[in-house]
Amino acid sequence: MTKSPDTPPALYVAREPIFPRRVKGSFRTLKWWIMGVTLAIYYLTPFLRWDRGPNLPDQAVLIDLAGRRFYFFWIEIWPHEFYFVAGLLIMAGLGLFLFTSALGRVWCGYACPQTVWTDLFILVERWIEGDRNARVRLWNADWSARKLRLRVTKWIIWFLIALATGGAWVFYFADAPTLLVDLITLNAPLIAYSTVLILAATTFVFGGFMREQVCNYMCPWPRIQAAMMDNDTLTVAYRHWRGEPRGKHRKAAGAENLGDCIDCMACVNVCPAGIDIRDGQQMECITCALCIDACDEVMEKIGKPRGLIDYLALADEERETAGAVPRPILSHVLRPRTILYTGMWSLIGVALIYALFIRSDIDLTVEPVRNPQFVTLSDGSVRNTYTVRIRNLGAEDKTFRIMLTSDEILRITVETEGPNEGHVIVPANETLAARVYVTARPQDAAAKTESTDLRLWVEDLETDSRAGVATIFNGKG
Amino acid sequence: MADNKDRDDVTGIDTTGHEWDGIKELNNPLPRWWLWCFYGTIVWGIAYTIAYPAWPLVNAATSGVLGYSTRAEVAEQIAAVDAQNAEVSARLASADLATLAPDDDAHRYGVAGGASVFLAHCSQCHGSGAAGALGYPNLLDDDWLWGGELDAIEYTVRHGIRNDVDPDARWSEMPAFGEIFEDEEIAATVEYVLSISGQDHDASLAEQGATLFEEQCTACHGDAGEGMRDLGAPRLSDAIWLYGGDREALTETITYSRFGVMPPWGQRLDEAEIKAVTLYLHQLGGGE
Repeated sequence: MTKSPDTPPALYVAREPIFPRRVKGSFRTLKWWIMGVTLAIYYLTPFLRWDRGPNLPDQAVLIDLAGRRFYFFWIEIWPHEFYFVAGLLIMAGLGLFLFTSALGRVWCGYACPQTVWTDLFILVERWIEGDRNARVRLWNADWSARKLRLRVTKWIIWFLIALATGGAWVFYFADAPTLLVDLITLNAPLIAYSTVLILAATTFVFGGFMREQVCNYMCPWPRIQAAMMDNDTLTVAYRHWRGEPRGKHRKAAGAENLGDCIDCMACVNVCPAGIDIRDGQQMECITCALCIDACDEVMEKIGKPRGLIDYLALADEERETAGAVPRPILSHVLRPRTILYTGMWSLIGVALIYALFIRSDIDLTVEPVRNPQFVTLSDGSVRNTYTVRIRNLGAEDKTFRIMLTSDEILRITVETEGPNEGHVIVPANETLAARVYVTARPQDAAAKTESTDLRLWVEDLETDSRAGVATIFNGKG
Repeated sequence: MADNKDRDDVTGIDTTGHEWDGIKELNNPLPRWWLWCFYGTIVWGIAYTIAYPAWPLVNAATSGVLGYSTRAEVAEQIAAVDAQNAEVSARLASADLATLAPDDDAHRYGVAGGASVFLAHCSQCHGSGAAGALGYPNLLDDDWLWGGELDAIEYTVRHGIRNDVDPDARWSEMPAFGEIFEDEEIAATVEYVLSISGQDHDASLAEQGATLFEEQCTACHGDAGEGMRDLGAPRLSDAIWLYGGDREALTETITYSRFGVMPPWGQRLDEAEIKAVTLYLHQLGGGE
């Protein structure tokens, strides 16, 4: 392209269309399986049922925003236990670090929703419009009835998938079967429809049109990952020491000096990122491994060993160039950095499981009323007030007794509606705030000392299990 | 320059042709859709300032063609909440508090709403925790000047105390004994009051004071200083003092009297609010 001296260089470029060719092979098969399983999990999970008793929802996975509960099978998380979710997110982060340092961008190549849905959309595209060559021809063809028909059919199917994707998302936040009926009968709330449509629109645009642009320009993760990879990371790479110099004309003079690469462009044609893996490590490469399948197919045809493009550690380049076998995979994977990530990941996992198991059936907090510090009664007694919040995590109503222990003489009065002194009934899946008064008579030490330690206890009358919280009684000092 | 295409040797990327002190700017072109998104935000921004209040003028901002205002939105939300609560609020307004069950929605609504009413209208004198202050009764304890039953509290809230605005306001007035008693008589009465409230006192002075107390004070404060709620006369034999219970404070009270005033909230709050704040106060720990 020639430019006049006055023309500045173009600062913007249009997207280069990419037409990935169909490929067969072990990685492609693995990816089909992963796609099937992850999509099935995403679409079907909201419809799984889990019986929790009469007063709780029976949806296995439910984020109940209005009721401020998160249900996951047998686990129920209340807002004050959100650290479980934070812990899971930290584990997810560390897991990502671990996999990236050991196996490069496996998340991007196999499990990222952008990759999975793009793969699904390309599958539909190939089914409607044909494989790479047919699609290139269609792209270059002028608009005709046939082109319009193929395009519109493809877009409609894409949009239906997108609609189901956005639709599945909202089912995680409400009872799925009920919401499904409401959505169809136009009785669902506006927010459900707008969420479905917004997510359908992003799925449609990202999976159908943006594709690798999302990874290259919108996602921060490809840029961060470079910091987690090193020469021992197993990643998709081209054995240039074996392939170069590449050449097509095997029978030409001097062909005996050529490497194994016959420059058939199979690896480039299957690449959903539109790059040439033979150029080396690139930011755009999501390590989907389809070029490995494509190249292996060709190598088998021409009778060369597989693995010209392969998962390999760049650290092995020297050994392999010298003709030695690469070091075993384990020696690459097991290194201080991956061991450290695994250790941290397991530590948090064990801590979370531990926290989940020591979680008491009775969950209580004691909030002393400190405005005012204490109240003087007519007879000179000093009274403190406490708000005792008891959470009933179970599905049945429970009766609790509230008691106190202290080294000093203190009396407890519980404001109750029940027939028995000190007994409170906490409804299923609810928190009850009971007002508890603790009084010291004027002659008692606690009335005259500034602060006295005490412990408020809650006892489940059925199971006899108890929980106690230490707090302080304020006296006149 | 015949050809402004200049390639950087190290990266193999074209430069923009810009150079500063030998540093060249590489041209990694942005995707075009990004540029369109950028133009889109500009269009959106302009449209937004036309549609919504945006540009500050001298007295107000441009109002926007959609006529949106945050204030109107808040008013709308308040109206929506009011409408939502209209039924329970009406039920509370017409309820007999004494027979309203604690687990009734109207009762819960009253206690929760009463807390807000209290903070907005009562906390200025009685404190945000209702613990009162010198001269402003503590509403948490078990001592009430005019009664701690629901209807007594409701009456006090509605009509207030010693105000000229509401003819039904609770009213009583203690004489300033500085104009009636000699100083020694006041001192003796003070000692007697100290004695009946179980504090250190001069026994012989208290004995003189007992006679004065019987002549002048028992009509309102009762024979044993137990107080009289019909007149809002405080109990003097307990540990709770509105204006202080030591020698100095008692001398001042007897000499000059006290005159605590409370406005009639019946003129400011609606029926449901009065009942709500009554329920709230009653469950704070002192209700009878």
